[in-house]
Amino acid sequence: MIPRTAKGGLTLAAIAALCATLVAATHVLTTERIAANEQAWLERSLLPALGDVDFDGSITDSRLTVEPPHDLPGNEPAIVYRAYSAGTPVAALFAVTATGGYAGPIRILVGIDVGGAVTGVRILEHRETPGLGDGIEASRSDWVRQFDGRSLGNPPAGGWQLRVDGGEFDQLTGASVTPRAVIKAIRETLLYFDAQQAEIFDMPAGAEPE
Amino acid sequence: MTAGQFIERMQSGLWRENPGLVQLLGLCPLLAVTSTFVNGLGLGIATLLVLTCSNVLVSATRRWILAEIRVPIYVLIIASLVTCTELIFKAWFPALDRSLGIFIPLIVTNCAIVARAELFASRNGIVASLFDGLGMGAGFALLLMAIGFFRELVGEGSLFAEFDKLVGGDPLAGLVLVDGGWLLAVLPPGAFFSLALAVALKNYLDDKRKPARRT
Repeated sequence: MIPRTAKGGLTLAAIAALCATLVAATHVLTTERIAANEQAWLERSLLPALGDVDFDGSITDSRLTVEPPHDLPGNEPAIVYRAYSAGTPVAALFAVTATGGYAGPIRILVGIDVGGAVTGVRILEHRETPGLGDGIEASRSDWVRQFDGRSLGNPPAGGWQLRVDGGEFDQLTGASVTPRAVIKAIRETLLYFDAQQAEIFDMPAGAEPE
Repeated sequence: MTAGQFIERMQSGLWRENPGLVQLLGLCPLLAVTSTFVNGLGLGIATLLVLTCSNVLVSATRRWILAEIRVPIYVLIIASLVTCTELIFKAWFPALDRSLGIFIPLIVTNCAIVARAELFASRNGIVASLFDGLGMGAGFALLLMAIGFFRELVGEGSLFAEFDKLVGGDPLAGLVLVDGGWLLAVLPPGAFFSLALAVALKNYLDDKRKPARRT
């Protein structure tokens, strides 16, 4: 006669083994699809910020991580993707963190071409108020498209603000904190690109700039 | 017999003992994800799937399980099923998975599922437990969809937006009836108001159907 506790332990072990097998089997069946989805999702979320820039190969291969402290917005590691055409740099994409939003950090993607003009801005992740601050999403309003083609000199320094603050950019109805944070982050990214452009494009993929 | 049992379980899950409306179980996901119909449908399907499978597994193993260890075993079964569901969503419905986020893994903590394991599946046969899982799961899913439908309509002025999350392909705007809506409905308080309205409506209908005994 097996003692009651041993019987309980054995049942538990048997069911644990069964459940682990079930999870392992599902994992094996789905890993490949999940990895492909992640890659596709990443590429799909990066490309809109590059506008109509032509480049060779996959944008995700040229990834760089810039560890803090850096002069980019936010205190988190920033990710840079470089786009080349026939070996010549054409544009760079920065995934940076804008601080000063209404509800936590806003992850934004800023594309800049070699001439220093913005090719596109997209919001990757945010927790701003639905219906107000979420107008920064390209799928909800055109607000974020007003930065296309802008650069450090266009508008000049004082113009990189909301109209209510005396600048050149439109606000969002009912939200000014969120747009301010985004504008500030875009300008800081442009300043960083202006200062570090040569280093950014020369770095081999995966390396870390100074 | 089986057909009668099926109808009885469905009636119970969909209306009489609806997990959300009557038992008020699983309110956290119910309130959190129902900002659109598609989100409600997605989490509804995931919960239905987990609840049905867990009911069947618990019922199938009930003879060997000692009373002392039944709760860890339920947790083990439910957690494994939820992990599998999460992997399946990530593989086949990546957009929906991204939009439901943490609420898919949190199905583990949906007390409606443990409650059905403990109250029904551990005391009934496999077929009855299967029906119970389907009925309760469908009741919960329909409530999620109804609240999602209502909040999306009032809050955003649209119906069935973002269906591409479920079927893939290009973004779909759904039926846009009016541009913008009453923002409160998609914010968290709107979820509570919507649930309260749904519970009140159910109680009103029940009262009306039952002829008043007093007076």
